[in-house]
Amino acid sequence: MTDALARLGRYGLTLLSTWGRAGLFLSGALWGAPGQNGGFRLLVKQLYAIGVLSLAIVVVSGLFIGMVLGLQGYTILSDYGSEEAIGQMIALTLVRELGPVVTALLFAGRAGSALTAEIGLMKATEQLASLEMMGVDPLRRVAAPRLWAGFIAMPVLAMIFSAVGIWGGMLVGVDWLGVYAGSFWSSMQSSVAFLDDVVNGLIKSLVFGVVCSWIAVFQGYDCVPTSAGISAATTRTVVYSSLAVLGLDFVLTAVMFGGF
Amino acid sequence: MTTRTTEILVGLFMVAGCAALLFLALQVSGLAPGARTDTYTVYARFNDAGGLSARGRVSMAGVTVGHIREVVLDPETFQAKATLEIDASVKNIPSDSSAIIRTSGLLGEQYIDISVGIEEDPMKDGDVFYSTQSALNLERVISNFASGR
Repeated sequence: MTDALARLGRYGLTLLSTWGRAGLFLSGALWGAPGQNGGFRLLVKQLYAIGVLSLAIVVVSGLFIGMVLGLQGYTILSDYGSEEAIGQMIALTLVRELGPVVTALLFAGRAGSALTAEIGLMKATEQLASLEMMGVDPLRRVAAPRLWAGFIAMPVLAMIFSAVGIWGGMLVGVDWLGVYAGSFWSSMQSSVAFLDDVVNGLIKSLVFGVVCSWIAVFQGYDCVPTSAGISAATTRTVVYSSLAVLGLDFVLTAVMFGGF
Repeated sequence: MTTRTTEILVGLFMVAGCAALLFLALQVSGLAPGARTDTYTVYARFNDAGGLSARGRVSMAGVTVGHIREVVLDPETFQAKATLEIDASVKNIPSDSSAIIRTSGLLGEQYIDISVGIEEDPMKDGDVFYSTQSALNLERVISNFASGR
């Protein structure tokens, strides 16, 4: 009985100290924002690794998700004789939900895991320790550019995802299934509000970007410096990021669209 | 890969993101900065506004000629008061025209259709529609039919 209680207590303390370390890590890295002594170069390099290289998977998934939405929406809406509403359906689904969420999940899988593994290996091979020995703060040199690159890249990727998805939906709906293009766009324009839908989607993707890159970089920084530790940390990154994104998405949706 | 190539690719990435945002703003949500055409405001009172909402369209003979700015309850008459913004280019709507709430398709959004009257005088800024026709409420139609009225 007391053993179980002690185990629970130990678990709680570990959890709390991890949260504390993660918070200290984030504030340390953010204060050391890139900018001074070639920090901008580092940021651009990370933007390339995190953003540009994720573009292929984001564009392809966006296109196919948009096309699937077009097909599914058409089969359902044509039962009610209102195929024109397909534009509205595709745009709202993508801009409000699927754009930010699916991009964040892909981002966690494609960029987050790579970040964790990279920083974990740096830790295992004691590159971080040697940076510290040279008087370079690894939080500034290694963590900060990656975090900031994640914050910037994620909203950009989500916007591209939504735009490509809507284009894919138009491809299927208008060019293939023959929905009239004018009503496709006008039903979309009359129902999508820039501030309520597009900007809220942008805020969502920004939040997801912060959470995903924070989890990824911290897991790498905090991992057990062995090969097993790195693999466990990479797994944790993907699992925690996905759960955090889906959970936060519910909270954000409730706040933004739930009418509270 | 040289630093320069990386920088160019990142620049292109950022431009693509801005272009996507612009596409979402202009084409998807129909935001048109600067293209805010001159409009004038007229009002319409309805006993039942149904699902009419702001940003809905106002049409004449099926052509969009303006949009709904807001739909509020008039606390004195307990009617719904819709504020319509009509494009200034459509300046000769007869003053005895009526505003009718219609639904596009079975599930589509509701919009206001202006049924043209015969009066010579046009409607001016601030005018109120002389006659209106409320939203068709299917339940009410069925209950009227069932009770034989």
